[in-house]
Amino acid sequence: MSPHSLVQALYVFVLAGFVGFLVITRVPSLLHTPLMSATNAISAISLVGSLVAAGSGRSHAATLLGFVAVTSATINVVGGFLITDRMLKMFRRKPAGKPEAKGPGR
Amino acid sequence: MTRELFIQASYLASSVLFILGLRSLTHPDSARRGMHLAALGMLVAVVGTLLHREIVDYRWIVAGLALGSLIGYPLGMWVPMTAMPQRIAISHMFGALAATLVGVAEFTTLGNGSGVGQAQMAALGFEVLFGSLTITGSLIAFLKLQGLLPGVPLTFRGQNVVSLALFATGVVLFAWLVANPAQPAAFHAMLFVGLGFGVSLVLPIGGADMPVVISLLNSYAGLASAATGFAIGNNVLVIAGALDGASGFILSIIMSKAMNRSFGNVLFGAFGTPQASATTAAAGLAVHSVSPEDAAVQLAYAHKVIVVPGYGLAVSQAQHQLRELATLVEKNGGEVTYAIHPVAGRMPGHMNVLLAEADVPYDRLREMEDVNPEFPSADVVLVIGANDVVNPAAKHDPKSPIYGMPILDVEHAKHVLVLKRTMNPGFAGIENQLFYMPQTSILFGDAKASLQKLITEVRQA
Repeated sequence: MSPHSLVQALYVFVLAGFVGFLVITRVPSLLHTPLMSATNAISAISLVGSLVAAGSGRSHAATLLGFVAVTSATINVVGGFLITDRMLKMFRRKPAGKPEAKGPGR
Repeated sequence: MTRELFIQASYLASSVLFILGLRSLTHPDSARRGMHLAALGMLVAVVGTLLHREIVDYRWIVAGLALGSLIGYPLGMWVPMTAMPQRIAISHMFGALAATLVGVAEFTTLGNGSGVGQAQMAALGFEVLFGSLTITGSLIAFLKLQGLLPGVPLTFRGQNVVSLALFATGVVLFAWLVANPAQPAAFHAMLFVGLGFGVSLVLPIGGADMPVVISLLNSYAGLASAATGFAIGNNVLVIAGALDGASGFILSIIMSKAMNRSFGNVLFGAFGTPQASATTAAAGLAVHSVSPEDAAVQLAYAHKVIVVPGYGLAVSQAQHQLRELATLVEKNGGEVTYAIHPVAGRMPGHMNVLLAEADVPYDRLREMEDVNPEFPSADVVLVIGANDVVNPAAKHDPKSPIYGMPILDVEHAKHVLVLKRTMNPGFAGIENQLFYMPQTSILFGDAKASLQKLITEVRQA
């Protein structure tokens, strides 16, 4: 990794941080817990790095570390997206059991 | 070449899908569909990566994916909503563990540091430091929230000195490694220093401060992922990590503000040690205990009821009973809304999730600034397992540890009904004047049992 590519990655990091700031300040406090589990699931993207470590066959140590990393990242991907969906499913304007709206326009 | 292009395109697509997914969280109606997009983004990135030229052996990958799914499924589907804070805490540990191990594997395969450039070492250093302190910090937070460790601050003499010494050692090792990366011993020492720092950072933090700590650990786990992206030269990791880091950081600022405290104060203050003087301040004052029958009459004829839920509601898992009682009050013609303090519970949004689970429509959940002007017109305010967030001392008593913290203005209501287990002071060990005010009556007992009694009585009223 050259200093040049470090600077490039810094650009991406800072700009993505800005996007994150703008998007996340608009999330209402109502959804702060789902937000937390969602960002947690998304940051399990380190799975991508783990896959390469586990599959490149560079050394036994790397394969083993990669295997554990793939496992824990997958736990967060699978568990994180499932639990976020489970939570979001519960946020309803009208209580369950009653029809959403009786009036026309549905 | 085409293969490399395809992989990069998949990463770009997944970055866009992640941002769209998070953007959908600005409204509950669009949130679910948006998160499906984010999950699709994850799938795209994984499929793209599996085509990577460096991957020659899929056996351990498949094993890891299978084992991870096997553990992840129950963690996603079976964990009850009341256990959400500890569930979130442990997931920060898994995320940080993955990032840290990728960093260690990278360092090991690159000739134990001899093939690592200085720029890359800086990235690996951040990754391992942030990752390792998040692993143990989240684990301790999980153990505290799960009740396996006491929720009170665990302190010993010179704790802050030990924490700061560990922090300084970590920084020195980091600088030394960047100057000369080929030092496996220093690298491993830095890993262990990070693990130790995580423990000493979270042990002295009490339960009521958990919302800040969980948010902060969320941010660190994201930063560790972003640093992984720097170290292995992968932009989708940098982007996703930056989003997670920003999110955790914003949440910790919101939580700190809601407690009127600085980060430093939360992390090194060891708030929550009981105050000897506090109990005496209220001596000689009497509380008005009330029977379920009398309390039920008030509720049955109330036109406007505001419910203030706190951590006690989560502990006794009484959200469904609360919803049932609210339905009865509504049947009698009353209006029920819920006032949610930003730090009620043990993590950001804790009360919202609990009440949503009990089928409370989300437009009844009101934020503090929004609902505060309405307390004077409320007939009954029902406080369930909340204490510090309704303590008027935050406004009137400059000597109180929570002075300056924004609170729900419950003391302006015509009548306050408090469901409370005992008269022990709240988490922070601070006496609450609200409980001694003339308009306040207290129904002692477990929240779930008390609500059940109220339901029975309101039905008969």
